Amino acid sequence: MRKSFVARNPSVLIFLALLGVFTLAVTVLGEGLGVGLISTSFVKTLGKTLCLCLVAIAMDLVWGYTGILSLGHFAFFGLGGYMIGMWLMYARTELIVAESLAQAEIPPTPDEIRDAIGTQIFGVVGGSDFPAVWTFAHSLPIQLALVVLVPGLLALVFGWLAFRSRVTGVYLSILTQAMTLALALYLFQNDSGLRGNNGLSGLQNLPGAADVPQSMVSIWFFWASAAALAIGYVVAAFVVSGKFGSVIRGIRDDEARVRFLGYSVEGYKLFVFTLTAVIAGIAGALYYPQAGIINPAEIAPIASIYLAVWVAIGGRGRLYGAVIGAAFVSLLSTWFTGGQVPDLPLGIYTVKWVDWWLVLLGFSFVLVTLFAPKGIGGLFDLLTGRHGPDRHGAALGPDQGSLREKEAEQ
Amino acid sequence: MTTLLEVSGVSVSFDGFKAINNLSFDIGPAELRAIIGPNGAGKTTFMDIVTGKTKPDSGEVLWGEMSRSLLKMNESQIARAGIGRKFQRPTVFEDQSVFDNLLMALKKDRAPWKVLFYRETTADKARVEELAEEIGLADQLQRKSGELSHGQKQWLEIGMLLAQEPRLLLVDEPAAGMTLAEREHTTDLLKEAAKTRAVVVVEHDMEFVRRLECRVTVLHEGSVLAEGSLDHVTKNQQVIDVYLGR
Repeated sequence: MRKSFVARNPSVLIFLALLGVFTLAVTVLGEGLGVGLISTSFVKTLGKTLCLCLVAIAMDLVWGYTGILSLGHFAFFGLGGYMIGMWLMYARTELIVAESLAQAEIPPTPDEIRDAIGTQIFGVVGGSDFPAVWTFAHSLPIQLALVVLVPGLLALVFGWLAFRSRVTGVYLSILTQAMTLALALYLFQNDSGLRGNNGLSGLQNLPGAADVPQSMVSIWFFWASAAALAIGYVVAAFVVSGKFGSVIRGIRDDEARVRFLGYSVEGYKLFVFTLTAVIAGIAGALYYPQAGIINPAEIAPIASIYLAVWVAIGGRGRLYGAVIGAAFVSLLSTWFTGGQVPDLPLGIYTVKWVDWWLVLLGFSFVLVTLFAPKGIGGLFDLLTGRHGPDRHGAALGPDQGSLREKEAEQ
Repeated sequence: MTTLLEVSGVSVSFDGFKAINNLSFDIGPAELRAIIGPNGAGKTTFMDIVTGKTKPDSGEVLWGEMSRSLLKMNESQIARAGIGRKFQRPTVFEDQSVFDNLLMALKKDRAPWKVLFYRETTADKARVEELAEEIGLADQLQRKSGELSHGQKQWLEIGMLLAQEPRLLLVDEPAAGMTLAEREHTTDLLKEAAKTRAVVVVEHDMEFVRRLECRVTVLHEGSVLAEGSLDHVTKNQQVIDVYLGR
């Protein structure tokens, strides 16, 4: 009766196959290695979309499966981006500085190089000293480790405090919003050490790969994003498929009951919260080099709310639903806000989609929540003929036996 | 006889209302006990205190041979120590199959890391099937438990309780919503379970309690009014006044 992992999760193989075909298609059609039908900027958009799909999987794990409506996962996403951005900016500035100082008659000392880098990076916020957070910026391996560690530790501490006090439901959502808002406000300050509202920029340039064209770099990052998404999908499918999945879905549906079964609900929540924060951090670290810039506005509370909207529209509680939702809504959003959609003249008023897109999105969110709670992913149930149990009909009560209303009618 | 659970002098009040008033209660390691009492007598609150859901204002709850205090433990620790609880309303995980429900309840390591890498063994599978047989759901294993009838859900929950292999079972109105035949089956299950462990049944239905053939504790206004055989307590004038004579 017990089937293999793949047999229990047929969506994994289908997903990996589709992702593989998509990656191949973009590679062939892109400018870097292929025929150039897809522009480099669009390859970047697609690569970024894959990262958003990955963070949506994290959101689905934490919300769709465990029932924790976290509205702060973009904080982890942004932190991942900041961590890798620090190295990208430092290493590239270091190369530029070393090159210009090499012209000088006296070879520069290491201290002079470091000061020059500091002036380059922090001149914009009126400083030149390296803040403590930049201690490891010169080291790629350490910053890569921090991509995982910083979001993970923040989630661990925040989650421990919140879950231990049994904060649940909408209160937890508000708390996560407060966390991401507080982080954004802190980073907006010039003396936060991460260049305030300027953020980190020039991230699209890979240090040491100056002669590689962006068309090629974009393909590299596209591949990396696709690989991360594939691994993330398999890991998430593994987490939700076995008994662990049973327990977290149990927590979503009836937390107290799981507790009385002897499972430490807080431990499970903390595990999922931290794991998804790490996934979000990795997604962010791949996203921002493709975006080229990260600033505190990226982790504003609204970003995390969008994330929840994507997952809701795509269909929570199923991994491919989250991917579909993130890809569909974020690409549509790019299309609408990019001004490519023709205006809709209504005689007395012309609907400009750049302004009205958010209204449309909000409206579709409400409609999905009310009329299609399974989201786009629910369409696949129509294909496979899978239906949820018909819960229509209340229990008939003790005296008339155990039939439910529906059964009794037959 | 040694005691498995000893509740002594426990009081708890909600907004000034004394739900439990200086309640003392104990039960041995293999004993069946019924608790009866009118609405608001504190039956459910009593269970809440034992399982850690409610912390009492005063009193002591001691557990097992080591006489560990349950008041310092949280719900999941108490459950792992060996106290299982069945709720009045059947609470099973409706979105999951009967098999998954039972597997989740099976007595195993409950640490997240262990559960993540848990793969069921043939023995576990056999145990789940055996339990399903016992509760009459053997051919429903792959169905979502949300599709089950009310009585079947009650049994599934009893099955989950047995799967936990608790030393003390707290059962809140197990027969609610069951047909006569189902009630008889439930009685048998509980009596069978009480041979190896302690079982406390809270029940309104006197006929059901009579069939259990066990000691009865009558609660009233948060404390014990009478205790003994069913015949003994039903002859007690106070009991007749507050409960039976209504």
